[in-house]
Amino acid sequence: MIEVKNLIKQYGNKSVVDNVSTQITNGKITSFIGPNGAGKSTLLSMISRLIPKNNGEIFIDGKELVQWNNTDLAKKISILKQSNHINIRLTIRELVSFGRFPYCQGNLTKEDIRYVDEAISYMKLKDIEHKYLDQLSGGQRQRAYIAMIIAQNTEYILLDEPLNNLDMKHSVQIMKILRSLVDDLGKTVAIVIHDINFASCYSDYIVALKDGKIIKEGNTNEIINKKVLESIYDIDFTIEDIENNKICVYF
Amino acid sequence: MKIRRKIGFLTILSIILIVLFIFIGLNSSNFEYFLYRRVPKVIAIILTGGAIAFSSMIFQTITNNRILTPSVLGLDSLYMFIQTFVVFALGSKNLAVINSNLNFIISIGLMIIFSALLYTFLFKREENNIFFLLLVGLILGTFFQSLSSFMQMLIDPNEFSLIQDKMFASFNNINTNILILSSIIILSMLIYTHKYTKVLDTISLGKEHAINLGVDYDNVVRKMLVIVAILVSVSTALVGPITFLGLLVVNLAREFLNTYKHKYLIITSILISIVALMGGQLIIERIFNFSMPISVIINFIGGFYFIYLLLKENKV
Repeated sequence: MIEVKNLIKQYGNKSVVDNVSTQITNGKITSFIGPNGAGKSTLLSMISRLIPKNNGEIFIDGKELVQWNNTDLAKKISILKQSNHINIRLTIRELVSFGRFPYCQGNLTKEDIRYVDEAISYMKLKDIEHKYLDQLSGGQRQRAYIAMIIAQNTEYILLDEPLNNLDMKHSVQIMKILRSLVDDLGKTVAIVIHDINFASCYSDYIVALKDGKIIKEGNTNEIINKKVLESIYDIDFTIEDIENNKICVYF
Repeated sequence: MKIRRKIGFLTILSIILIVLFIFIGLNSSNFEYFLYRRVPKVIAIILTGGAIAFSSMIFQTITNNRILTPSVLGLDSLYMFIQTFVVFALGSKNLAVINSNLNFIISIGLMIIFSALLYTFLFKREENNIFFLLLVGLILGTFFQSLSSFMQMLIDPNEFSLIQDKMFASFNNINTNILILSSIIILSMLIYTHKYTKVLDTISLGKEHAINLGVDYDNVVRKMLVIVAILVSVSTALVGPITFLGLLVVNLAREFLNTYKHKYLIITSILISIVALMGGQLIIERIFNFSMPISVIINFIGGFYFIYLLLKENKV
């Protein structure tokens, strides 16, 4: 379990994340929603130690973030940011192999290669594994990065806007994969997501942020609610039940 | 293995150039004199070439940028400033000026302190902005240069000639006294960095990926920056500032090998560097009859290559 207590992040005098306390429960998809600038990505970056916090505590499996050894932590939690520009030319297979770095420090063993193979076939990239990243479409590239995270084989997987710039087909594909990571492999996934309907259909738990504070959190059913969403986004919502999914209409 | 063959080819090419350089025009009556003059030169070329290539490669990896060299941090201007300041403050007869090894150690010490400070102020900032780094480096470089020339105006002309010697890169007046010390330093840096080659591969993915994969990013970058500072001091102390060589050889190595692995990239860039310097020195000595310093040729070719790189990056 990941536990966040009174977390604060300030840039200058402005608190981007203001006294946030929450939990990411094991075996679930937790979605962080909220308007731009609500502090969702910052929160995720602090949990995954990409940026330092100003105050507060983050416990991963009961141990504070600073007490974790870097390599051990990289075997426990992984993060994928929304923009992933890499300056060097890599093939998909080379990228995915980097996911094994925490385990083998770059010297792949047979076991590591097995994990890489599994991750590549899990993301259905086998036939293009030797293509370079710059030759891929946006959807393929996103799958390649997720394959790297899968090869890293961590209990917790954090994704910052994994659907950024993807069309509907690829978005559904990615979300289904995340679902199966949780349901079949027992991982814990936390995502920042903007499309409220994807959050509604695929997540178990939703944390709603606004202006650096948590406005409301709860199971998906509680949050996908006209009143709650209107207070988060300040626009009118209509919510319909379609095939057991709650779909928001806000256009 | 294709990459190994390419490295083998470069190794043979550099050996051929070295042999040519040492043995051209040698006969039984003059070999003692020529060997005495040429062998230290060859060693200096190998050391300088190695130090420049090695430091530029690491620097480009930790800054995640392919058109930078350590000179943008003003490191070689700082070296010149230290040299000028020592003469200015202590006079040309002081031990710190006369004793090359002592001078060398003092300079390296100051360079390390400077790069550590630079790290604390620049790299530690959260929004690790490359343009900010460039700007500060450029300003610091100019600042040190202006301070040096100010002091050079004030000192005695005889003392100035001592500094002037160090201002231009040339293999014809190598600081041979520090050859042994430099070899030891460069070799130990190479050995020390060896265990970091795989970590450097990971760092070239960018800061966030590196941290995600468990690299102790801040710590490694700080260590590497100190190594870069030491290597720049060594190469500048040996022959003087050669701005473009690092940029040139590191990018050539990347294009030539088309790999991300530092295990191969470092050795290849060092070999290309040796080939470029050996070849350049051969051309200067045998064709141009010592009429120009090698830095002129290198900066000329490097300048063109730099423009080419900029245009190419622009297109992508």
